[in-house]
Amino acid sequence: MPVRVQTEDFDVARELEGLRAADTRIGAIASFVGLVRDVNEATEVRTMTLEHYPGMTEKALAQIIDQARERWDIYDALIVHRVGELKPGDQIVLAAVVGAHRGEAFAACEFIMDYLKTRAPFWKKEQTPAGERWVEARASDEEKASRW
Amino acid sequence: MVQLVYLARLREVFGVAAESVELPREVGTVAALLAWLRARGGAWAAELAPGRAVRVAVNHDIARGETPVRAGDEIALFPPVTGG
Repeated sequence: MPVRVQTEDFDVARELEGLRAADTRIGAIASFVGLVRDVNEATEVRTMTLEHYPGMTEKALAQIIDQARERWDIYDALIVHRVGELKPGDQIVLAAVVGAHRGEAFAACEFIMDYLKTRAPFWKKEQTPAGERWVEARASDEEKASRW
Repeated sequence: MVQLVYLARLREVFGVAAESVELPREVGTVAALLAWLRARGGAWAAELAPGRAVRVAVNHDIARGETPVRAGDEIALFPPVTGG
């Protein structure tokens, strides 16, 4: 199962172990873990609520992995993304790629995250001392995604 | 009938998560749908005004202005995404 959306936390070591699945062709595992920060735009973040669009989310993530597999010589990839209420320090997302060599694995992993941040239907709402606010999309994320 | 779905901030400002609507015959694309919704005025006119960042998905695929909309479609309107 290369894509999961869940409220529960995930265990990175166990996820990577599952992705390797004793495939001895694999020489490289590249992974990225995104975390909730306690501050955003100079304001304290107490909790964060992540919403998604069930049905589209899984499809969008699977399409991103398909594109990564077309562009780079990798064996497999995994995305786990959490939704619901999270607090600073919590894990939000895991993207991991396995391949023969590090170059392709690193590039594919970065591509997956850049595309996820601009194409997968997730939205963050922050709870701050001044009240709730939706996180605004950043132009820099679009620029990063447009490199590929 | 089409199913319209509103997500994140748009759901909050419109005060509705989803609705089934009968589209007039002349509303055959995403751009025409947005113009038709804009004519409701108020928050609809403000949020869907040209130049505002609104994303649309038709049947779970990202759509553009010229993407056709047909009876039976699920059409979602949402702000630019902020996951990851």
